Amino acid sequence: MSAGTISPAPAATKQGADRAGFGHLLHAEWTKFRTVRGWVIGMILAALLTVLLGLLTVSGSNIGCQNSPGGPQLSGKACLPYIPHGPGGEVVTDSFYFVHQPLTGNGTITARITSLIGYHANLGNGPAHAAGEVPDTVAGLMPWSKAGIIIKQNTHQGSAYAAMLATASYGVRMQYNYVHDTAGLPGKVTAATPRWLRLTRSGDTITGYDSTDGRHWAEVGVAHLTGLPATVQIGMFATSPSYVQTSTSFGGQSSQGGPSQATGVFDDVTLSGGSHGGTWVGTAVGGGGPSIPIAGVKPNAGFKAANGTFTVAGSGDIAPATPGGGSMLPTATIDQSLTGAFIGLIAIVVVAAMFFTVEFRRGLIRTTLTATPRRGPVLAAKALVIGGVTFVVGLVACVVAIGICVPIMRNHGQVVLPVSALTEVRVIVGTAAMLGIAAVFATAIGAVVRRSAAAITIVIVAVVLPFLLNALNVLPSGVGAWVFRLTPAAGLAIEQSIPHYQQVTTAYSVARGIYPLPPWAGLLVLCCYAAAALGLALVVLRRRDA
Amino acid sequence: MTGTALEPPRIGTRSEQRASGTALTDALHAEWTKLRTVSGPSWLLLATVVLTVAVSTAAVGATRCPAGLQCPVDTTKLSLTGVQFGQAVVAILAVLAICNEYSTGMIRVTFAALPRRWTVLAAKATIIAGLVLAAGAVAALGSVLAGQLILPGHGFTAARGFHSISLGYGPTLRAAGGSVLYFALIALLSLGIAAIVRDSAVSIGAVLAVLYIFPLVLAFVTNTHWQHRLERWAPTTAGLTIQDTTGLHSLAISPWDGLGVLAIWAGAALLAGGLALRLRDA
Repeated sequence: MSAGTISPAPAATKQGADRAGFGHLLHAEWTKFRTVRGWVIGMILAALLTVLLGLLTVSGSNIGCQNSPGGPQLSGKACLPYIPHGPGGEVVTDSFYFVHQPLTGNGTITARITSLIGYHANLGNGPAHAAGEVPDTVAGLMPWSKAGIIIKQNTHQGSAYAAMLATASYGVRMQYNYVHDTAGLPGKVTAATPRWLRLTRSGDTITGYDSTDGRHWAEVGVAHLTGLPATVQIGMFATSPSYVQTSTSFGGQSSQGGPSQATGVFDDVTLSGGSHGGTWVGTAVGGGGPSIPIAGVKPNAGFKAANGTFTVAGSGDIAPATPGGGSMLPTATIDQSLTGAFIGLIAIVVVAAMFFTVEFRRGLIRTTLTATPRRGPVLAAKALVIGGVTFVVGLVACVVAIGICVPIMRNHGQVVLPVSALTEVRVIVGTAAMLGIAAVFATAIGAVVRRSAAAITIVIVAVVLPFLLNALNVLPSGVGAWVFRLTPAAGLAIEQSIPHYQQVTTAYSVARGIYPLPPWAGLLVLCCYAAAALGLALVVLRRRDA
Repeated sequence: MTGTALEPPRIGTRSEQRASGTALTDALHAEWTKLRTVSGPSWLLLATVVLTVAVSTAAVGATRCPAGLQCPVDTTKLSLTGVQFGQAVVAILAVLAICNEYSTGMIRVTFAALPRRWTVLAAKATIIAGLVLAAGAVAALGSVLAGQLILPGHGFTAARGFHSISLGYGPTLRAAGGSVLYFALIALLSLGIAAIVRDSAVSIGAVLAVLYIFPLVLAFVTNTHWQHRLERWAPTTAGLTIQDTTGLHSLAISPWDGLGVLAIWAGAALLAGGLALRLRDA
């Protein structure tokens, strides 16, 4: 059957007729969809599953506590400690040991850091701390343990800052306002390879420099801290995030850990310009004091100054709060309420695959192709109808799921990490689009293999199995990350609401809403699969008789 | 349409001798012929073995226990990882055994020849379970063998307290043998669901949902009460406890009880499927 023989339109009005024809085609496909009760029920089921499973995931995860000994048993919101928010509105971790003095006006701080060492909790994996002071610690730093110089609005948690710092594993960095991180000189700090650090304040602008010799300086970055007051706190700090050991075994992931502590040694500390206080004061911001006292000073004092050499020890982190692991807060993300979308997807895949395969089984395809012999428009109309219907159903389900689940999470005492309105819209619309594209993928596969059972299995195995492999921690995280880059399941990345901050060590985990690809790139991978399947379907439809 | 109306006419002594006891033998023979003479089932059985052993080998190959670290790994369960994925193929095999008959209209021929619905379902269940047991045994043996050969080289040695992965070790034998039974129970569960649903697309969707929704939900639910309930009563999660060989005291349900829960699910599905066949027209 060739397209030309049946095409009714004369050349002159061909274009107009084609356009009207496609409209009719869309209408025909919509009618086919709308009038099959099972498909409509399937779509409603998908929406219900999305919302109900979202509810099941968030409900009951109530946090219980007893804020004062002997006091009433509290739960939910009442348990939450003070939650610092950064200048950008994000939830942050802000605890460190700060040796500071006030600086009024513009000025510069320069310091040389000659050593960065630390301890962390011993989880039975190494010899106990040799010095024997605290038996359950071992010497060692976390990758993002850090010490350096900092200019901070005040000593309150969450206030604006800019810092030049040395890290255990990532060289010298300039960090400011929690979310910003720029690399400086690489390499570890030792007595043989010390690092000079400099911060210069000029109005709202703070510029960071580093140097290997104290003479040749390189600019690392510039921070604009809007609304920085005339008097700020300037000085040295040290902090070290908790030691977390995550062990992945079949069927579960368990994390254990404990505090860690970093100790930085500074000399050649100079302050110039402005007017500064003259005496150094130590403050454990956010309880970030050392858990192991520095030898030779009274317990809990986080710094020692002798002959111009400062030893500063602290614990905690100055960084954005992340979902799960790294943060001490019970953090949650808005996309956790969309977990159910993935299960609703199973119902959607069944309906979408049948949307094409049933035509082959019932022989309706012959009627369809007699009415519209051109395969392209038929395939396009089917894809548009199933994609559009799924998108709308998904949109409604996601809006309802987020609308119901996020307040429940908040009431249950979880810190739902705030996101911008734009991000929230991207997560909701993106998830609906992801479902729609997956439906188009299923329909196209249905057109290729023509059998419901095969089509559904292929799509579910391609989309659900990678997710399952990860959720169940079957694969080592390296392999798991590649699965989420290469399979159609990459599209789930569109749900990620909190960016992956490189300056926070977070266990890669899809269950915590962290995907290896950026949101739109992930969706693009799924789009490529859908496009490839549509292309294959078109070739197959043209080559084979119905 | 009642069952007896379509029963083949009983003429002559030869047919008279065929009591209801041999009806099952006939049904078994018929089902065996149906499965044997199409290529689909043998490919699916082969796929079960290949997928199970391949995923198990991949999981075992990707897991290492570096010196100086504690590795809380249940090596036997790790070696049997592929069962999680092989079960999808088993489910498809069982679903198609019923749904293909409905989609081609063959089911009317089947019931015309053998009007007793329970006999037909029992025959289908026996043949499918038998085939799956055979394929499952090969798959489990291959998986255990992969673990036995690969894991000691990856740091999971007896010197570090890991038991050897061999069928000579009681718990491993129980885990491997139990996995074979698990496959068969998954096939029966799928068969029951397929008999209720009848349409292959919806059946496959429903079966895969039953198999995978619970572990997925379990991965996200933070409520410990719900976690405990799901671990005890979800068919796949409870059934797969048969593979556990370490930390048995901390399991929500003991291995054999867990397999029993899956057996209850499979039995209930078969019962409902049989009733659906009995009460509805084909």
